[in-house]
Amino acid sequence: MWSFFHKLGSPPWLYDIAGSILRWLLPVTIMALLVGAVWGLLFTSPDFRQGNSYRIIYIHVPSAVVALAGYYVMAIAGAVSLIWRMKMADVAMKAAAPIGAALTFIALFTGALWGKPTWGTWWEWDARITSMLILLFLYLGVVALYEAFDNKEAAGRACAILSLVGMVNIPIIYKSVDWWYSLHQPASIKFSGESAIDSSMLYPLLLMIGAFYALFTCCLLMNMRAELVQRESRTAWVRKLVKQNGAH
Amino acid sequence: MYFDSLQAALSMEGHGSFVWGAYLITLLIISAILLLPALRRRRLLRRIATELARQESGYATGKGAR
Repeated sequence: MWSFFHKLGSPPWLYDIAGSILRWLLPVTIMALLVGAVWGLLFTSPDFRQGNSYRIIYIHVPSAVVALAGYYVMAIAGAVSLIWRMKMADVAMKAAAPIGAALTFIALFTGALWGKPTWGTWWEWDARITSMLILLFLYLGVVALYEAFDNKEAAGRACAILSLVGMVNIPIIYKSVDWWYSLHQPASIKFSGESAIDSSMLYPLLLMIGAFYALFTCCLLMNMRAELVQRESRTAWVRKLVKQNGAH
Repeated sequence: MYFDSLQAALSMEGHGSFVWGAYLITLLIISAILLLPALRRRRLLRRIATELARQESGYATGKGAR
């Protein structure tokens, strides 16, 4: 167990293991995204009340779910780097922020495109939508704050604190649809009890949620690999890597 | 397939522009977040390679001058 944590702190080990995970996870992810999108777009029946506009659900819900999960990844990585001064946790935190921002943006944008034909408005200062907008600003804030510092150690600490403080937003997002009942509908999928969604719509949705989790993992690993090369550019293992790359 | 024709799939009873627009934007953003880190890593590796090559040739001429 301890040797695993020890390895986790080793940049060349992390770089290699991320590379070998990506070799199979990346093609699987892209396949799952394509299959899920085609399934949802062309092979499901329309919702009897919302018609075809509901097909946006297959990207809107997965991107929103994973944008929230990604925040946990970022904040926990931030806490680990803050408490144990683990360098690789700092790399993970920095890698998670732009992906989370992209996913939150997808959730907001597709939500607007869904809202127009369904609610008659692109945007509403509804609790769920507003708290998701705050999530986007938190992600972008971490990205910008990291760039603002010349001293990257101080940058890492500041970003970790920002992401931990931002955690208060997460339960607000979850509970917003129950606390302030307005335009946004409550969750249809539940872990316990019957889901309020037909299985013909549920399966492609679950596939897309899985695909978006895999997408987040792929992007996280790729960002971490790039970051590792940059931070360790003067070390022997990166030089060896560069020579190996040049060889073939 | 649910739709009878390509035309019907594109128009989606009037909701086509919203649905296809949402999928198109998502496709663009996903492509970007997958491609950008790969390009960044490759650019970094290339830069380090040229730096190493320059250093090695620098050492070589330094030795030759002595």
